Amino acid sequence: MKVTILRFPGTNCEFDTEYAFQKLGCDTQIVWHKEHDLQSPDLVVVPGGFSYGDYLRSGSIARFSPIMKEVGEFADRGGKVLGICNGFQILTESHLLPGALKRNENLHFISKHHRLKVENSDNTFLQKCEKGEVLNIPVAHADGNYYIDEQGLKELRENDQILLTYCDENGNTLNPNGSVEAIAGICNKNRNVFGLMPHPERAMEEVLGSADGIKMLEGFLA
Amino acid sequence: MAKKAIVNIYLKNGVLDPQGKATHHALEAMDFQGVNDVRMGKQIVLDVEDGVDEEQVKQMCETLLANTVIEDYAIKFEQ
Repeated sequence: MKVTILRFPGTNCEFDTEYAFQKLGCDTQIVWHKEHDLQSPDLVVVPGGFSYGDYLRSGSIARFSPIMKEVGEFADRGGKVLGICNGFQILTESHLLPGALKRNENLHFISKHHRLKVENSDNTFLQKCEKGEVLNIPVAHADGNYYIDEQGLKELRENDQILLTYCDENGNTLNPNGSVEAIAGICNKNRNVFGLMPHPERAMEEVLGSADGIKMLEGFLA
Repeated sequence: MAKKAIVNIYLKNGVLDPQGKATHHALEAMDFQGVNDVRMGKQIVLDVEDGVDEEQVKQMCETLLANTVIEDYAIKFEQ
């Protein structure tokens, strides 16, 4: 499987992402944001970091990079796209995913392992996980407070687009950042564009605290 | 001739503004009286040619300067 990982000025998770997908046996390539060619991938990953220093709003300037036009067309053709952390912010700013990410309610940069509950596994991304399963995945963000209006939330629910929520070890809701319904990850209506604030690519080795990221990212290989 | 287009951006009513809320709490903690609410926003000042009209600045807001999912904006011009 061929994975294209985008790099913007300020991206800093491209090598972790590369490591994660190489560990799963994928061919990976890092593509600079000024390129116009995604190089025929099976999956595009918009990785984490601080594109353009988070100036104006997180992800707002990266959205207009030349490569994002290609990502939009790729997604429109049904191509699979995964946005992690800043990548999720870029995908919402691009309107490839609904809603927006605001400053954390407690105003802190939150950097720690957090439990996530799988709300829906009937999709490419989480097909190797069980619905209701609790995963241990690191989060590291200041703007992870997911917002969507009532109507949008209703649509997310009706179409099973809420994929992951923040919880405690027992799967009870535990909301670190003020997100609507404690949402940590969603997909689009067509179920080919995925976004989440936590970092599965940083949970690939037990020795580093968790390997739960493997079964998440493995979904794309099946 | 040039003029200034001043764009004020705030979170929409009903969208919780954590920075405004924290600032409000701080003011209260300092015993400042009579503050009902604090909204934190940002101001973007564009130095523009005279020919640039409100419609064009509106386009800039809708495209880049504001995220209308969560933010409202207001435009005014100054010489």
